[in-house]
Amino acid sequence: MEDARPPQLSFQELLPPMTPHEATVEANRCLYCYDAPCLHACPTHIDIPTFIRKIATGNVSGAAHTILESNFLGGTCARVCPVQELCEGACVYNAHDKPIQIGRLQRFATDHLHARGEAPFTPAPPTGRRVAVVGSGPAGLSASAELAKQGHAVTLYEKRELGGGLSTYGIIVLREPVEVALREVDAVRDLGVQVVTGQELNSPAGLDELLAANDAVVLSVGLGAVPALGIPGEAHILSGLDVIEASKLERPTGVGTRAVVIGAGNTAIDAATIARRAGADTTMVYRRTEREMTAYHHEYLFALSEGIGFSFLTQPVEVLHENGQVTGLRCVRMGLGAPDTSGRARPEPIPGSDFVIPCDTVISAIGQEKPALAVTLGLDLDQGYIRVDDELRTSLPRVYAGGDCIRARGNASTVMAVQDGKLIAASLARILGTQAAPIAPTRPPEVRDHPLYQAAHGAVPHAEAQHG
Amino acid sequence: MADLSINFAGIRAPNPFWLASAPPTNSGAQIHRAFEYGWGGAVWKTIGAPVLNISNRYGGLTLGGQRLQAINNVELISDRPLEVNLREIAEVKRLWPDRAVIVSAMVDADPQAWKDIVMMIEDTGADGIELNYGCPQGMSERGMGAAVGQVPEMCELNTHWVTSVTRLPVIVKLTPNITRITDPAHAALAGGAHALSLINTINSIMKVDLDTLQITPSIGGRGTHGGYAGPAVKPIALNMLSELVTDPQVIRSGVPISGMGGIQTWRDAAEFLLLGAGSLQVCTAVMHYGYRLIDDLTDGLSRWMDDHGFQTIADVTGRAVSQVSTFGQLDLGYQAVARINPDKCIQCNLCYAACNDTAHQCIDLVAPDGVRVNPGFDPRASGKEVALGRPTPQVRESDCVGCALCANVCPVDGCIEMVSVPSGRPHVTWDELTAQRPAVTQTWPAMETYREETGIEIH
Repeated sequence: MEDARPPQLSFQELLPPMTPHEATVEANRCLYCYDAPCLHACPTHIDIPTFIRKIATGNVSGAAHTILESNFLGGTCARVCPVQELCEGACVYNAHDKPIQIGRLQRFATDHLHARGEAPFTPAPPTGRRVAVVGSGPAGLSASAELAKQGHAVTLYEKRELGGGLSTYGIIVLREPVEVALREVDAVRDLGVQVVTGQELNSPAGLDELLAANDAVVLSVGLGAVPALGIPGEAHILSGLDVIEASKLERPTGVGTRAVVIGAGNTAIDAATIARRAGADTTMVYRRTEREMTAYHHEYLFALSEGIGFSFLTQPVEVLHENGQVTGLRCVRMGLGAPDTSGRARPEPIPGSDFVIPCDTVISAIGQEKPALAVTLGLDLDQGYIRVDDELRTSLPRVYAGGDCIRARGNASTVMAVQDGKLIAASLARILGTQAAPIAPTRPPEVRDHPLYQAAHGAVPHAEAQHG
Repeated sequence: MADLSINFAGIRAPNPFWLASAPPTNSGAQIHRAFEYGWGGAVWKTIGAPVLNISNRYGGLTLGGQRLQAINNVELISDRPLEVNLREIAEVKRLWPDRAVIVSAMVDADPQAWKDIVMMIEDTGADGIELNYGCPQGMSERGMGAAVGQVPEMCELNTHWVTSVTRLPVIVKLTPNITRITDPAHAALAGGAHALSLINTINSIMKVDLDTLQITPSIGGRGTHGGYAGPAVKPIALNMLSELVTDPQVIRSGVPISGMGGIQTWRDAAEFLLLGAGSLQVCTAVMHYGYRLIDDLTDGLSRWMDDHGFQTIADVTGRAVSQVSTFGQLDLGYQAVARINPDKCIQCNLCYAACNDTAHQCIDLVAPDGVRVNPGFDPRASGKEVALGRPTPQVRESDCVGCALCANVCPVDGCIEMVSVPSGRPHVTWDELTAQRPAVTQTWPAMETYREETGIEIH
């Protein structure tokens, strides 16, 4: 099937920006819930009812400020967050109506602030403390911003040419254009953070150097490449991450006319979307069924609506190629066997069920390798990720870590990474001697101990006491 | 099917919906078109003294993104020559003999001026005259409109000048810009009015533009108060209507009242009828949506009447009036409490915020495990699953004073209901208490004693 869309439209953001009128009407739908579930559900706990209220009253810059206070990467998260699983999924309107379009309203507010060229924050007076942040993805940017706001001198190291990490290189343009990711790097620069690109931390000596020059080091190095499948013809497989990156930087994606994508996670769907929009007839193969696929259900539905085919219970066994050109993917049919250790039915090959899917492109997106740097630096690991404690401290003194490199939070990874950055900044505030922004509202003791306060709040311990 | 026709002070119409004297009734062509849509009558935009209108004339009130919840205007009476209006009135009446055509008029406070215009109106064949004693701006500075309506003596005198020279029914349209609406009503009755209508528009400044810092509408850099109308004024109109229909003098006079002020739907119309209106006038809603509104107004009203077994408009008119009381007549022993239907509750917890912050702190938040909790979140929690463990508001009925704030803020229809419960208190009104035990209403110690005797606890 030919893609009827004109090519210049293929890689624009999927959802158009809201018009001011649309945003006002939508914001006025919001009930302004008390102690709202959307706020609870957001991993960075943006005060969503407040920012929506501000949009409703025409205070759009104020709305953006409310967002960015809790989430410095509000512009990215407005686009990439799986809102159906988070804020919008928790909206009380789900009970009987459509939830408020929180993600799009957040995008409206943060874009407004950007368009006005307003800087929402100014750094505190210099503390004389220095922090090095390694990796400029969401976790690194978030940590850098929060630390800079506290007045620390922050240097942010990025091994690649452009800052932004996953946001810049790994999110398809349908969700987030490169310039949105880059303007968040600029926003960190505006707070006085020194951004050093093209410099990689890859040895214990390098870490020692950073520790010698800084009071603390934050590792936010993300994950590695797509792991090998270990099948013949592997060399001819494209990496899903590479395909996405090429599409973001407007380079040729190398996708032909008939593509097979291996995997069924959210990244696999992104890679398949790129292939499809580049004009290829695209099929995703997965060894289990749609019930077990790790992509969000709304992403699966999106893929179907894009015209992407699915071949479930299918395991690739060999990439067929002639003269350096892929000609097909040999697969074997799988049956579901007894439950494995994860409780899911174990897929087992059905003998003699080999078949070939003719194609000229094979893309693999079956996950990402654990951070190799953790081993190189001699950090304690936790199932291959960097081990951290509740304060996000690693096993090395003065070294902190956050983002994808500390745990597999495939779900909501960007917003989780942003929250990690905040938590690191809060931890560091304790050792560097400044006060971080409180995570939950607190009241000073003189207020808490007042008889009127106690009468007002009864014997029930208050939120901050309950949850610490 | 219900019969919607009315006979209002001798003015007959196929349905009670008249276009109020205003821009929608500015010309014969307009009223002709309105009648084609099915309007029962029209009060022709006020004719009278020569005027010049200015530009621009309307300010709109937007609430929560909803436009024209109210409008205010600095428009004057008809700026078309008298002869043109009179000729068109006659033409419309000839073409539409079954519709009510009432002519609103306003002239100088001079018996001859009134006589002249009344004669001209009679010659058109119109069904009635409405005296515009309400215009709050433009005309009042010239001694007309509200300047007459606000001074009972002037109201009586002017009305008398008209009623003494005409055979047509005379409706006096009252201004709400007055402390006691019954004063000009009495004056109008003393002047021989055959009917009353209310409300005219309320003095208002709609807004100040936050970009230009100009009062809106800005008329060449200046602003002035205008007349406020539209959905937002309905409660004021209903109250003034109730004041008239419960007033002994008005009741004795037997004059009907034409109700207006914010009627936008058949529901509004039914409320005006229930509180005693005998005909209804509509303006702002038509300015917002056009004459086509009449279809739902008549259809909705008629179906509602059928559902309630009302056969005629007269069956509906005044059905709720007997409930109108003074504070002193209310039962101090009555007790209602709020009940939240947990199956309908969506846990927005607006009731909790309202009760806890601004009412009587009698709603608790209860977690799914039954434990009372305070608001607040666990910073480690995230994801849509947080909605599953969300606490539900629950009323502590023993502490609920039945203020009904929660029921008013609840966004879900029928979720919070005010339920009557036995109060254990004596059923007595303030008036009775004042008569029986005057000391209770005069000193706090006596009040304390009374409360202890009767088991009234205030927390």
